[in-house]
Amino acid sequence: MNLDKFVSLENIEMTFHTKSGAFTALKDVNINIKQGEFVSIIGHSGCGKSTVLNIIAGLYPASEGVALCADREISGPGPERAVVFQNHSLLPWLTVYENVMLAVDSVFAKTKTKAEKDDWVNYNLKLVHMDHAAHKRPNEISGGMKQRVGIARALAMQPKVLLMDEPFGALDALTRAHLQDELMKICAEINTTVVMVTHDVDEAVLLSDKIVMMTNGPAATVGEILPVRLERPRSRLALANDPEYLRCRQAVLTFLYDKHRKDDH
Amino acid sequence: MSQMQLKSFLMWLAPTLLGILFFILLWSGVSTATDGKIPTPAVTWTAGVELFSDPFYNNGPNDMGIGWNIMYSLGRVGLGFGLAALIGIPLGFWIGRSLFASRAFNPIISLLRPVSPLAWLPLGLLIFNSTHWAAIWVIFISSIWPMIINTAVGVSRVPSDYMNVAKVLRLSEWQIMTKIMIPAVLPYLLTGVRLAIGVAWLVIVAAEMLTGGIGIGFWVWDEWNNLNVAHILVAIIVIGLIGLMLEAALVWLAQRFSYGE
Ligand SMILES: Nc1ncnc2c1ncn2[C@@H]1O[C@H](COP(=O)(O)OP(=O)(O)OP(=O)(O)O)[C@@H](O)[C@H]1O
Ligand SMILES: [Mg+2]
Repeated sequence: MNLDKFVSLENIEMTFHTKSGAFTALKDVNINIKQGEFVSIIGHSGCGKSTVLNIIAGLYPASEGVALCADREISGPGPERAVVFQNHSLLPWLTVYENVMLAVDSVFAKTKTKAEKDDWVNYNLKLVHMDHAAHKRPNEISGGMKQRVGIARALAMQPKVLLMDEPFGALDALTRAHLQDELMKICAEINTTVVMVTHDVDEAVLLSDKIVMMTNGPAATVGEILPVRLERPRSRLALANDPEYLRCRQAVLTFLYDKHRKDDH
Repeated sequence: MSQMQLKSFLMWLAPTLLGILFFILLWSGVSTATDGKIPTPAVTWTAGVELFSDPFYNNGPNDMGIGWNIMYSLGRVGLGFGLAALIGIPLGFWIGRSLFASRAFNPIISLLRPVSPLAWLPLGLLIFNSTHWAAIWVIFISSIWPMIINTAVGVSRVPSDYMNVAKVLRLSEWQIMTKIMIPAVLPYLLTGVRLAIGVAWLVIVAAEMLTGGIGIGFWVWDEWNNLNVAHILVAIIVIGLIGLMLEAALVWLAQRFSYGE
């Protein structure tokens, strides 16, 4: 297996056929992601970040080009590419436990016994510190908690790649920082490959090994790829004055607000 | 009860009682103006008490207590409504999920839905050769539309995020149905059921007036032939109360199955 191209998008083009005609959202998108790497995709609103993520997830078939994961062509969605959706998408009629169990049940239907599945659900809920609310329904817990459960559900699938679409976008700054720190810990622990869409520059620099910066649409593409060479574990306080951190932050800001400024919003 | 609650209870009670009082006064006024052709509330009350002191007497098929008549009507509604649910709900799911089915059925549904349910009665008589089943047929036809339409709308409004979850998890069609579609559609479906049972209860009275036999609708017609207007007034109130109870039961059911986000 080619570990440097664990996930790879080659010359991806995405054209949506809408009522008002064909709309090319992405063109010539090339991204390579190593196994165990944490990659952020950043860009202005509407440029096509979610579309890129959905192509990796297999929810959208690319119009042109090849999308590969673990040397196999991505031909549809599947649990090896788990998604944390922007608005958590927990099923409101199931409890926290049942939401995670739904995933565990379908992924490990044949490979785990009932007791093992139960253990595995509880293990993942503990990982995101939600074991205390296992039997609550989504409408009984806060937004941050829902997002944790969404992450637990995705992690419980033991995915090869964890895909996250602005997972903390709807949260307040404090909760967001807290969850970012926890996500870093979890990723260090299970060493999974992560692709995260964000529009928060600090979040991208803090969490990523590599930041993919996208140009504005239509026909958006990858503008620059910035490697973030910061030691792990990272601490947001220590990094605040770190020259490499500041350099990366500056580079992303320059890309977004100088080179590819968006004027119409 | 706290003072606040007591206050708001009284704020509710006072206008309600006033409304009822106004209604009774109006009724008495009409009664006086018609020289008692329309019985007074008091006379109606006495008639009602008398009717309900022995609602389940049975002197042969032409003379049964009002309780039996209500039971027969409810039975027809239940049967026609149940059959409509049995066919309408799955059909609604199909129409909601499949573009083909929605294109195939929507024009027919749009054409047939506005037709007054009673227009179907002669067809029922012709096909089933039985007034009892003809009435059930009319209930079936009138309650199937709200169920199909609301179920289909519910299915088409299942958030695409939930379906994406199902795709990522590779849920089977059965799991999609039981874990996602049915719970998500249930509130819409119950709205359909509520509308349907409302229509069914409206229609049964009219249908039975035409078909005869045992049932509250024909009972009203019978009392009209006997010129027993007090009994008709009692029947009107009872029909209203039963409609209210059916509605309340379904609202309660709907609340039990609604989930906050
Ligand atoms: N299913 C679709 N059908 C038609 N057009 C679409 C579809 N999905 C996305 N688009 C269009 O593609 C472009 C990119 O959309 P996308 O959702 O990927 O942007 P984004 O970068 O995720 O934006 P945001 O930051 O607001 O979430 C937009 O112009 C959008 O209107
Ligand atoms: Mg998006």
